[in-house]
Amino acid sequence: MAADLIRGLLAGGPVLTDGAWGTQLLARGLPPGQLPDLWNLSHPDRVEAVGRSYVDAGSMIILTNTFQANRFALRGAARDVVAINRAGAQISRRAAGERAKVFGSIGPTNKMLVSGDVNEDELHTAFTEQATALADGGADAIVVETMSDLNEAVVAVEAARATGLPVVACMTFDSGKNKDRTMTGVSPAQAAEGLAAAGADVVGANCGVGVDAVAPICAALASATDLPVWIKANAGLPELVGREVVYRMTPAEYAGHVEAVLAAGADFVGGCCGTTAEFIAAMARSTRWTKVVRPARADLQKELGREQPRSHIL
Amino acid sequence: MTVLDELYEAVLEGDFDLTPGLTRQGLDAGLLPQALIDGAMIPAMAEAGRRFEDDVYFVPELLSSGRAIKAGLEILRPLLTAGSAELAGRVVIGTVQGDLHDIGKNLVAVMLEGAGFEVIDLGTDVTPAEVVAAIHEHRPQLVGLSALLTTTMLSMPSIIDAIAAAGLRDDVKVLVGGAPMNEARAKEFGADAYADNANAAVRAALELVGAEPGR
Repeated sequence: MAADLIRGLLAGGPVLTDGAWGTQLLARGLPPGQLPDLWNLSHPDRVEAVGRSYVDAGSMIILTNTFQANRFALRGAARDVVAINRAGAQISRRAAGERAKVFGSIGPTNKMLVSGDVNEDELHTAFTEQATALADGGADAIVVETMSDLNEAVVAVEAARATGLPVVACMTFDSGKNKDRTMTGVSPAQAAEGLAAAGADVVGANCGVGVDAVAPICAALASATDLPVWIKANAGLPELVGREVVYRMTPAEYAGHVEAVLAAGADFVGGCCGTTAEFIAAMARSTRWTKVVRPARADLQKELGREQPRSHIL
Repeated sequence: MTVLDELYEAVLEGDFDLTPGLTRQGLDAGLLPQALIDGAMIPAMAEAGRRFEDDVYFVPELLSSGRAIKAGLEILRPLLTAGSAELAGRVVIGTVQGDLHDIGKNLVAVMLEGAGFEVIDLGTDVTPAEVVAAIHEHRPQLVGLSALLTTTMLSMPSIIDAIAAAGLRDDVKVLVGGAPMNEARAKEFGADAYADNANAAVRAALELVGAEPGR
């Protein structure tokens, strides 16, 4: 059963996932502007090194370098979509060995249903193609991530479910006055309900805001569903130093904020933009993964009624 | 409801299937093209913009309103005499080199067209040379640059530097936007203005070309 894997993982408490992949590949020589996913075929050893760095740091789940590996985002390389996804899953599988699980990453197509650029059938075909290849490559589960449009996310979840693997579905909350809606206006509660109805086994939020601002979003997700919650936030806000982009938040600071994220109901925690293996290692060291006391969902509901302090966000 | 009211509602609700027919009905009823624009389309778009700022509308609603106004304007454009106030300006727009994300750029393009700009869309992954060539060819008042990624936003200064190197920097204003951008970065990159969202981009564009906001 799909849900058994999730239940098994969570039996010992919250689970530490991985950090960013794209920036880690840039650090290993990926030319800026090139799709990281193409490296699954051209530089599998370096992609595997990223996965292994996360497993070594303490990740119990690593993703795959396939975030943009759908036929729309791949554009010129679309003919290689199956090979890129299959290789992505195999590479992470090798990096994980018996130490971690591999969750295959599916990101958005960057085409909007509402603008008529793409229709649901075309999305379904694209996500089915990707999810099937990830499953064939040996993924243990599928993560649908960084979604802005609930309709697109639902199509992706349905396509992923057809593989028989467990499905994590998360959206990016970065819009609206409080930066707690997706670009298309979806609230955490609407996301949790819609994704659960589509058959997701885990719901969540990734990218968008920094880890210092994600706890209220996590609490809103957790209070809207009984499903486990998945959170991967950014390492604060990116800053520009000369012509270089830097995230100033340190691994220790990130790990410090994670306590509040766990208290807000997160079951799976990792990092997104700006995070590295050092961040995962810092979380593995400092956060009490099996002993965290998490409030019951009913208490969260009350908690939400109160004014949430908000720090600066993206 | 009068035709003007219906057209206003259709633009505000993003009913882009209805706006061409309502625009024709307005013309048949004897309304001048400029009256349809000033009396219904522009106020509806302004209200859509207000709703966007108030978290009532989000990108899909704004995009639909933009498509609705564009569909109506396509009926009117041939009727507007050359040299009249119908054209706010000409814009060359694109997503910068290395970046393939075009949702935000497309939204800004539609909104600018809705506000009366002629938009030349260079697409995504646009190089400095392509922007310079487009300025030579189209002679725009405005260049709009978009980037979604922190890594690709660094193509913006390269493009602005190339415009300057070609001796065209005084001929165009440069408006930039995208998730990793902000006012300070825009200034540092040498842009003339930064916009946080599509609605703000239209306001900034109108200001940059010296057009009266709201017309």
